[in-house]
Amino acid sequence: MRRLPVVTAAVLLALGGLPAFADAPSTILNASYDVSRELFVAVDQAYAAKYLKDTGKTLEIKQSHAGSSKQARSILEGLDADVVTFNQATDVQVLADKGFVASDWTSKFPHGASPYYSLPVFLVRAGNPKGIKDWNDLVRDDVKLVFPNPKTSGNARYTYLAATAYAKEAFGNDEAKVNDFVKKFLANVVVFDTGGRAATTTFVEREIGDVLITFETETTGIRKEFGTDKFDAVVPSVSLLADFPVAIVDKVAEKRGSTEIAKDYLNFLYSPEGQTILAEHGNRVRDEAVSARFADSFKPVRLVTVEAVFGGWPAANKTYFGSDGLLDQQLAGQ
Amino acid sequence: MSQASPPLAGAAGRGWSRPVVIGIVLLVTALVIGAPVAAVFVQALSQGVGYALDSLAQPDTRAAIWLSITVAIVVVPINTVFGIAAAWAIAKFRFPGRKLLLAIVELPFSVSPIVAGISYLFVYGGQGLFGPFLEAHDLKIMFALPGIILATTFVTAPFVARELIPLMQLQGNGDEEVAATLGAHGWQTFFRVTLPNIRWGLLYGVVLCNARVLGEFGAVSIVSGNIRGETNTLPLHVELLYHDYNAAGAFAAALVLTLVALLTLFVKTILERVTGSAGALHGS
Amino acid sequence: MGMGGAGALPRRRLSTAGGKGQGRVVPGFRLSLGITLFYAAIIICLPLATLILVGARLGPADYWAVVSSPRALASYRVTLGAAALATMFNTVYGFALAWVLVRYEFPGRRVLDAIVDLPFALPTAVAGVALTAIFAKNGWFGEPLGALGIKVAYTPIGIALAMAFTSLPFIVRTLQPVMEELDGEIEEAARTLGAGTVTIFFRVVLPILVPALLAGVSLAFARCLGEFGAVIFIAGNQPYSTEITALLAFIRIEEYDYPAAAAIATVMLGTAFVLLVVTNAVQALARRHELAP
Repeated sequence: MRRLPVVTAAVLLALGGLPAFADAPSTILNASYDVSRELFVAVDQAYAAKYLKDTGKTLEIKQSHAGSSKQARSILEGLDADVVTFNQATDVQVLADKGFVASDWTSKFPHGASPYYSLPVFLVRAGNPKGIKDWNDLVRDDVKLVFPNPKTSGNARYTYLAATAYAKEAFGNDEAKVNDFVKKFLANVVVFDTGGRAATTTFVEREIGDVLITFETETTGIRKEFGTDKFDAVVPSVSLLADFPVAIVDKVAEKRGSTEIAKDYLNFLYSPEGQTILAEHGNRVRDEAVSARFADSFKPVRLVTVEAVFGGWPAANKTYFGSDGLLDQQLAGQ
Repeated sequence: MSQASPPLAGAAGRGWSRPVVIGIVLLVTALVIGAPVAAVFVQALSQGVGYALDSLAQPDTRAAIWLSITVAIVVVPINTVFGIAAAWAIAKFRFPGRKLLLAIVELPFSVSPIVAGISYLFVYGGQGLFGPFLEAHDLKIMFALPGIILATTFVTAPFVARELIPLMQLQGNGDEEVAATLGAHGWQTFFRVTLPNIRWGLLYGVVLCNARVLGEFGAVSIVSGNIRGETNTLPLHVELLYHDYNAAGAFAAALVLTLVALLTLFVKTILERVTGSAGALHGS
Repeated sequence: MGMGGAGALPRRRLSTAGGKGQGRVVPGFRLSLGITLFYAAIIICLPLATLILVGARLGPADYWAVVSSPRALASYRVTLGAAALATMFNTVYGFALAWVLVRYEFPGRRVLDAIVDLPFALPTAVAGVALTAIFAKNGWFGEPLGALGIKVAYTPIGIALAMAFTSLPFIVRTLQPVMEELDGEIEEAARTLGAGTVTIFFRVVLPILVPALLAGVSLAFARCLGEFGAVIFIAGNQPYSTEITALLAFIRIEEYDYPAAAAIATVMLGTAFVLLVVTNAVQALARRHELAP
């Protein structure tokens, strides 16, 4: 038994004594949504170069990608992210409610702390064999859809709400008809992945489904990666504005002394250089000069907002995405 | 024993049935086990050997390989010590609660890795049992190396013990009793008498434990923060690359794990030949 | 020994333990039991107890509502159904495989014997991506099967396939030693008495193997129920049709719905524990029925 304390100490040392993170802020961690992988490779590279030029020091920006809500949850559980670049304001709000992010985070950066935006659009196979034009084509019996799980993916929540918004307009808010439409829409989904990128893989690599519904930026990326001759992007008559919010995770940044770097990093996204990179990756941007240069890449589309149609995210979350919300009921009724 | 003893000429071994049964079994095995392994090789090398090697040399992939190796270096010895201790206590002594203890030791085998990951999150996560304490002392367990180590330790806990318990029971206590009667003290008895008796079984358990440590996915996917190049183990990295439009890279990483698995089988076969006992792996 | 009251062992009795004959002179009881209890408490019991605690916080009514919700029930159906299918397949295939390994000599037998353990050694995630690649619409098997109208990937059959792959060795490795002890004499005797091959197999051979087969089957079944890594890639993950219970628990975690995740996880834990007890009981039975070596 005399050896037990030694064993105990050794085990505790092995389990708890390891350093959490490199202490000097020569690294920062950006927790982002799933489909922003290639975007932030480019952004991080450009920012690291700028940082080296400005300060003479090297900075390594680490990335973590997963469904936006999963990332928020991970941060609450102790993922030491210095900044978040999410695809949905609620996921930042969750962090603000728990004191991880300043409560006035939307006013910390320009444009409501949203340097860029996107919208759910359709990606179809080359030549659009099923003739998909708008949301009402997606409820046809012969059409199979792929998009991620709205419970875990911000991307999919936009998709779900965009379809609902279309139905609300089409049926003049006739609840029963809207509900039927969305039910059919959900019934056509063949695979629910947990993140946006997994849905892309399912559609592109595994050739499942006729339509992938995802952010416009992702469809741009897919066509860039796999060839514009393999897939066509279809922009529907109406879609939902998806603001991509950014914030400093103060609780982590203060502890690590990285607040200044984090702020500079997020501000970089608003600079002409940052906005250009964002636009190159298929995101619609705020800078008018950059926007004008990329005007050809972005089809004009009528965008409605979560605020106008659903009374804001908290209301939408409660009505649709909570336990036994409308989404659960619509899925259960199949 | 399938290695050592010649196959028996049983009743069902006569006539037409023999080649047919063997043929069907070989065919199904090729389809069910052979094909997935072949697929890993083909997909990994689809862009050429150079591409596969290049993708393995990527910093994130290298970091994932090192992380997996680090986890193995910590977990395998812990579970080896535990396995020996548990087998010693359970096989060599009778005490109240022995069967319950055995069941607890074996539990991680039949429980889903997901349950393991969730449980650890509840203990060490920010909202968990020890969350406030860990945060106050600036100790990081979840989404860092210690969390990955803990979850992996849980999932692979029974491997060594389950190999050793039947072996020690079979061998009985005679040798140890003789040694003790001749005046050997505890550690002498263990190192000079018991260890030589169980060494091959022990090694066998260690090899299997190691394979499972390197391959753990479900539990680790909950406690890892998916930080590229930092908390991504190799199996998680396979998934990450798979969703990075980099199927060939994902399969290159999968190939590394497959080669480790094949090496494990090779070592295991050698060990069986040395001991002359068949792999009643998890059975007896 | 009762399986109830999990956790604390009666500590004061430990000092008297080892007194029942054989253990008396063997050293190291306190040390080995100390390490084992310490480890079991920290690594195994603490997390599982916390899980049960978090689940219990729901209260009986809410707990029941979560674990009996339509989506949870559907996930049990999918998981149990696929696991049953996989286990049935493995019972036949695993039996044949063990039989071939024990009874026949043929070129490649040793290689076959070695690769039976491959599903144990191969990471489940690798098995998952590999099986998906083969059975997807454009894969080696997926394409011809698709032409016949059979879909495997993203259907319950795909789930069963992944489960069958990862659990195969349990049945083979449990049967093999018992088959080896079953020498030809009994069968010869039966043959001399005029029994046909089929009769011998069902009346003589099978009854002897049944306890071991059952033990292997329950081990394999338990493994199927808990499988995640391999299944996640090949399943469609669609609620109500191709969502396994492990994935539902995982999704509840990602949704930040901890009590629900805990409740579903405790159902899985309880099932695993019951299966473990059943397996041990069956194995004890098997040992009693084993032929004398």
